[in-house]
Amino acid sequence: MTPAKAGTKAEAKVEAKLPKADSPIAVELAKKQKAISVAEFFEKNRHMLGFDSLPRCLITCVKEAVDNALDACEESQILPDIYIRVRKVDERILNVVIEDNGPGVQKDVLPRVFGKLLYGSRFHAIRQSRGQQGIGISAAVLYAQLTSGKPVRITSRIDPKLPAYVYELKIDTQTNEPKLLSENYDDFFTSRGTRIELNMEATYVRGRQSVMEYLKNTAIVNPHARITFVDPYDERVIFERACDVLPKQPIEIKPHPHGIELGTLIKMLQSTDNLKLSSFLSLSFAKIGGHTMDSICKEANLDPAMAPQDLAQDIDGVKRLMAAFQKIKIQAPPKDCLSPITGDLLKKGLTQNHRVDFISTVSRPVNVSRGNPFLVEAAIAYGGDIDTEGRAEIYRIANRVPLMYQQGACAITHAIERINWKNYNMEQPKGAKMPQGPIMIMVHVASTNVPFTSESKDAIADIPELEDEIELAVREAARDLGRYLAEQKKALDARKKIKMFEAYTKELAIALQDLTGKDHAVIEAQLRDVLAKKFTKFIDTDEPVKQEAANDSPQ
Amino acid sequence: MTARSKEIVEKLTQVGEDVLGDIKAGKNPSIDITMRSLSNVYYDEKSGLIKLGDDKQKRYYFNLGQAKKFLQTMLIAKQIKILLEQDKPALSIRQLFYTLKHEIPGAGENTFDLQEESDPIIEDMELVTNSLREELNLIATPNGVLSGPMVVEDKTGDVLDFTKMGSAGGAVPPIVEDDFFHIKEMSADYILVVEKYAVWNLLNQEKYWKKNNCLLLTGKGQPARAERRLLARFGEEYKIPIYVFTDMDPWGYYIYSVYKSGSINLAFFSEKAACPRAKYIGLSVKDVREFDIPRSSWVKLNDEDFKRMEEIASYDWFKKDKWQKELADLKKFGYKIEQDALVSKSIEFTANNYLPAKIENKDYFD
Repeated sequence: MTPAKAGTKAEAKVEAKLPKADSPIAVELAKKQKAISVAEFFEKNRHMLGFDSLPRCLITCVKEAVDNALDACEESQILPDIYIRVRKVDERILNVVIEDNGPGVQKDVLPRVFGKLLYGSRFHAIRQSRGQQGIGISAAVLYAQLTSGKPVRITSRIDPKLPAYVYELKIDTQTNEPKLLSENYDDFFTSRGTRIELNMEATYVRGRQSVMEYLKNTAIVNPHARITFVDPYDERVIFERACDVLPKQPIEIKPHPHGIELGTLIKMLQSTDNLKLSSFLSLSFAKIGGHTMDSICKEANLDPAMAPQDLAQDIDGVKRLMAAFQKIKIQAPPKDCLSPITGDLLKKGLTQNHRVDFISTVSRPVNVSRGNPFLVEAAIAYGGDIDTEGRAEIYRIANRVPLMYQQGACAITHAIERINWKNYNMEQPKGAKMPQGPIMIMVHVASTNVPFTSESKDAIADIPELEDEIELAVREAARDLGRYLAEQKKALDARKKIKMFEAYTKELAIALQDLTGKDHAVIEAQLRDVLAKKFTKFIDTDEPVKQEAANDSPQ
Repeated sequence: MTARSKEIVEKLTQVGEDVLGDIKAGKNPSIDITMRSLSNVYYDEKSGLIKLGDDKQKRYYFNLGQAKKFLQTMLIAKQIKILLEQDKPALSIRQLFYTLKHEIPGAGENTFDLQEESDPIIEDMELVTNSLREELNLIATPNGVLSGPMVVEDKTGDVLDFTKMGSAGGAVPPIVEDDFFHIKEMSADYILVVEKYAVWNLLNQEKYWKKNNCLLLTGKGQPARAERRLLARFGEEYKIPIYVFTDMDPWGYYIYSVYKSGSINLAFFSEKAACPRAKYIGLSVKDVREFDIPRSSWVKLNDEDFKRMEEIASYDWFKKDKWQKELADLKKFGYKIEQDALVSKSIEFTANNYLPAKIENKDYFD
């Protein structure tokens, strides 16, 4: 968001000397050009941030707050305990409360965290996290304020020994600065953590694409979190923890040369403290050692001893450096910047929230796309309380955040559609792209930089490496399910055959009684005995029966 | 119960006892079934009969593909035993099918769904007990019709004069053994078997049997057991010529061979139900030229006809030169001719021209 520049003083002087009719069009246009306030931009581009429909506004708000709460808790090594309550204020306005047991927000930065767009701690860090740009929660605050006219109320306590502060704040829509309206103590806020309360124009819905659905899926992929939700009808649902171990904290890494963009590189060159290009390269990037550094400088025809700031002035030089990054073989980025859910916990999370007959999970190894490490996890569940009607349900997750919208535009969906599901013993009607039946397919993509199709982070872009990995993960899980289904079918057939055979045996015993005069009950028991002792396998060894009689003759 | 019936009942009881023996010994219960496929049938040139070999196959209970058939076999065995013990009038094989057809509790299926399932098992039982269906008190519905100089005393006590059966003719009863169908008088000079009822009917209306002093019999296409057995009796009991008159196509030829030599499926029955002395009177390929059968009544042989012709040519009882030549001629000619087509010459042509000429000129073959 770069505000358009207004005309400079010098241009204004020149303009004054010219006859009015001859003034260049640009001058006329310049008069109309002015800075766009954050609020205006937001109003016009609500959809970009996920505030386009009334049900979605609520989900986005809850999602941003919950994402923040989970990130904050994990960074502080706290098992998340999150409470969400939605109430109706009137026909138009909902009151939303999200409370966590996280580290709280320090008094000094609190207004900016909640009351300033593009403010955050994670934008510059390269590692897997839910929030990135620092738009989320302040956008929710802004939206609440614009639609209800009310300030938001934020309570935070950073230490049980310190009081809990309650702030009411608004965003100055002209300057994008927070404005504190009041500051108080909350004697009833007992726990450590943060609570945010907003009034906003929104609609509460149930079913697909609802807050409930989002929370349910969040709980599955964050099995270490307890999530409590109270809906407008005062019904309380608790998604209990499936494990009490925090996920491995992803390590922050330096940028990898393969993922860097020209502008970023120039900015890094300008602002570095290193005096030489050589030390700049070795210290600011991941996986550039002395030897690699030498090769890069040679390839780019740059002096390793030159000052980075000087190089920043030489666009051609920077471009040569970029080209060298691509040409020289550089090790893949480190992998501990990612935090997979892992198969076990994915399984626990899923079964905690669903009753299923079968589940298979897959965690793929870390891979790299455009310099960004990423990994894919997949889970396929079958049966139980999964809807048996229609096609399989797909759950898309990016960095532990469920994606709720634009399923059709997502690489996850596209990868699933590439699979022929009949190969895995699943039903797939002709022309259908998804399998049919009580099947749930969940895919988690974790990356330091998930390539979303748009700012509202609804769908993952079709990057070939990514799509291939997703397909591999889903296929692996599908193979497991395919085997299970085959066994199920076999067992079902065997049960049918045993049942049929039991019926035959009764009938046969009676016929033998008629033939021999012996008691049929005794005969039946003996027959069952023989079957149990020797011929239990007869069900599988179905030898072909020879044609016994030709049928070409008269009776 | 007759002595014969008692004997059969004992054999059936033994079948049950053998099965119980298997069960007690902890073995997979089985019964031996004589195979009735082409591979276990041979042509005995000396007698001119199709006979059954000794190949047997075990039918097991603990075998998915055979379990139901095994059960069906036991059901039929016990039902025949019950019928014989009760000394009731003979049942048709369809009626037997219905006495046994019921839903098996808990299996969601029936003991039998189609009569095609029970009929072959009845034949198995004939072999197991070494008896004929008629002795098991079972009958197949006959189709045969008969007229000519013969008087018979039926089991019912009625006396039937086959010169007084009108245009419909006299029916062949299901059982034609002497104690059911006692021939009191028979003065025909020969017997003419006609494949089709319509042709038989035409000949009967013209009193062909009276003009030529013969017996006129039809089995209405493929003959049932009763017609075959009756012809066999005539062959044994009266030394008069027997001629078979059929369509000129592989199906007609095969009908002739069934009357004469027996059939593959009922090979065990041949000795009682085949008539090796029967001769083939036509239609034959050379008749087309000799009797100038108009082209309009020729019908092109189809793929199925050619296939069947090849099969027939490979049967041992068709290996005789005359038959191989006839089959080769038919193949070359490429058309079939029905007996009915002879009316295209004139309605009386068959009775007044074709048959007398063939018999007069001894224009028939084995």
